[in-house]
Amino acid sequence: MEARVDSTQITDAWWRAPAALAGYLFLLALVLGMAAPTTARAQAAKNSCLDCHSQLPPPLQVKPEEYNQSIHAEKGLTCVSCHGGDATKADMTAAMSAAAGFRGHVNRTGIPKLCASCHANATYMRGFDPSLPTDQYSKYLTSVHGHLLAKGDTNVAVCTDCHGVHDVRSPSDPRSSVYPLNVPGTCARCHANAETMKAYKIPTDQYASYTASVHYEDLVKNGDLSAPTCVTCHGAHGATPPGVSSVVNVCSTCHVFQAQLFDKSPHARAFLAAGLPGCVTCHSNHRILQPTDAFLGTGKGSVCVNCHAPGDPGYTAAAQIHSSLTALQASIDRSSAILARAGSSGMEVGPAELELSGARDDLTKARVGVHNFSAPAVEKETQAGMGVAQKTYQAGVAALAERDYRRKGLGISLGVIVLVVVSLWLLIRSIESRNSLEAKK
Amino acid sequence: MSPAGQVRDWLDERFGWDDLVAFIRHKTVPLHRYSYWYYLGGITLFLFTLQVVTGILLLLYYRPTPSDAFGSVQYIMTQVHFGWLIRSIHSWGANLMIFTAFAHMFSVAFFKAYRKPRELTWLSGIILLFLVLGFGFSGYLLPWNTLAFFATTVGTNLIGQVPLAGPWLLTFLRGGADVTGATLGRFFAFHVALLPGLATAFLLTHLLLVQRFGISVPPSLEPAWQAKPPAEREIRFFPNFMLRELMAWYLALGALGTLAALRPWGLGTKADPFASAPAGIRPEWYFMFMFETLKLIPARVGFMTGEALGVLVFGLAAVAWTLLPFLDRGGTGRKRRWAAGAVVFALGYVVGMTLYGYLVMAK
Repeated sequence: MEARVDSTQITDAWWRAPAALAGYLFLLALVLGMAAPTTARAQAAKNSCLDCHSQLPPPLQVKPEEYNQSIHAEKGLTCVSCHGGDATKADMTAAMSAAAGFRGHVNRTGIPKLCASCHANATYMRGFDPSLPTDQYSKYLTSVHGHLLAKGDTNVAVCTDCHGVHDVRSPSDPRSSVYPLNVPGTCARCHANAETMKAYKIPTDQYASYTASVHYEDLVKNGDLSAPTCVTCHGAHGATPPGVSSVVNVCSTCHVFQAQLFDKSPHARAFLAAGLPGCVTCHSNHRILQPTDAFLGTGKGSVCVNCHAPGDPGYTAAAQIHSSLTALQASIDRSSAILARAGSSGMEVGPAELELSGARDDLTKARVGVHNFSAPAVEKETQAGMGVAQKTYQAGVAALAERDYRRKGLGISLGVIVLVVVSLWLLIRSIESRNSLEAKK
Repeated sequence: MSPAGQVRDWLDERFGWDDLVAFIRHKTVPLHRYSYWYYLGGITLFLFTLQVVTGILLLLYYRPTPSDAFGSVQYIMTQVHFGWLIRSIHSWGANLMIFTAFAHMFSVAFFKAYRKPRELTWLSGIILLFLVLGFGFSGYLLPWNTLAFFATTVGTNLIGQVPLAGPWLLTFLRGGADVTGATLGRFFAFHVALLPGLATAFLLTHLLLVQRFGISVPPSLEPAWQAKPPAEREIRFFPNFMLRELMAWYLALGALGTLAALRPWGLGTKADPFASAPAGIRPEWYFMFMFETLKLIPARVGFMTGEALGVLVFGLAAVAWTLLPFLDRGGTGRKRRWAAGAVVFALGYVVGMTLYGYLVMAK
């Protein structure tokens, strides 16, 4: 039997083969077209430096994971940006050729200048972060570190010692060595190292002292990232120890009122004449402890008696100031205790407690006011607080009296209630016995 | 004729006073060894009346705005004569009323007092209990203190988990997306207008139904009770039962006064919507069993969130509980006992989870 060919099959058959071929070619072109730019991009992003340096032993080793998480990698900078060369070349000689601009290892003396080539260029840096300062290098040149480096001392800190080398992170990154919580430890790496500091003949107890201070407590225990670290007082890039005359200026950046009062006090002139640094003379420099009222006065722990002897006016004023402060503190404690007692008895003492916080404010003001070392001025502040504390103490006394009154009232009311209940019971019995008699009749 | 007699005649002529007195004189209450449970309904009614009176007194000074609410309650507690007593009695009374309402409900359930013909009495009672819980939930926010603010936020979030209607209910209750002054205004309106109106209507219905169908005797006692002569198995409602009820009311008043004087209801600190929620946020004790259950359900169960599942299960359980008289059709053997088992389970679950919640909190 002869196969019969349909006319439509013949019609389909003539175009099927070329159409399939065209389709394949189109798909091929599409695939190649898509692949081509990918390959180009891959070549552009190729970093032959890391191919080798990730495999090399230290100090030539660069860990890709560290570099990739750095702020520089994040902003698109590569090894070439600092070291020169051509990272697109797979051949080591070509990649690190002088013709490709390869600079290779950067000497310590050259590091600040290399970093400054970008970080001191305001126009360039604006492209990344317009708010980023560009004066780090000029400040560094004025610092003790910068001065010594200029003299050829390569042991002093350069940019990479504090910020890291290939793993430089933003200061706001908690993993950064210059994140506020990490700054003291970063400085201590050198400044707490007796061996490193031996040549400079400077003490190495700053870090230990700082960790005992109220500033460290605020930074680490309270998590206050605005609390002072080394760089707050010494400067970061322009790190220099403040001189005798400038200590007050350093402290006053935060402690404004205390500094203003101190400047007007007799101590300002006396300390300057004696060559004593303002705040540090009483509060120390790195071991700045939580100040207490015991700092003042003439007792144990007082710093006043370091200079003032019995009989001189300063000694008397110190005793008066101490007495004013401790009297207000005692008065506040007394009020607070009675209000707490009333509160725990269920009395509403919220308004009195709020008022008492005013006395605490007065005490704080008086403690700040201490820095003009005037006994009458301190007493004026404490007297205002004493009035408030006394008033709230009376509120506490009244609250306890009210509590007792309520309890007496309760006793009487319960007595009446018991009486009524008993009367009702007797009435019920009387009614029911009468009913029962009536029922029997 | 004495003036009192004249007034009585005047009333009798117009309202049939003598008929009413005769009716009350003939009304009796069953007497058996569980009769004292009958006082719970009356105590709840007394506490409700006390809530109305103290609530009206609080309204004289309370201001339902976020800026003034806390201050006005503080003013009531510190400046107004006996304001502390009124507020404490209102707060303690609310808790005591919810407790006695629960106790009343479980006693009715245990004694199967919901059986025919008292289905509607049960139904109106359950609606009253829901209304009382609504009073508690809405009133808790009114002082606008920290604990109330965050507990209301959590509570309304849970209502938002109700399948389908949840998001709408949440917005309706809060008057917006968050707990704000609009929420306070709405809760105040619910607490002093909507809920009292509904509660009064259902309370009257409930009392009318109790009057119409009388008080039920527990089925287990009924044969022995029926066998007794009428004089031994019943007491007159007035004065015998009423005087005993009055004694119970006085005792409840004494308990309330003691709590108010020795442990005045605290006020806490003013709510700050921008502050983070303090630790230990919890609902009032009567919502604790639900709160604790929802905490124990995994975050996701199948296609539902754990909270949505919990809210759905509690919703269905509440519907089943409400329909108990229609589901418990009597019978013998197991058929007769399943309802008793369900009541024991419900009571055990509510008490157990509440205690568990407080034990977890204490740790």
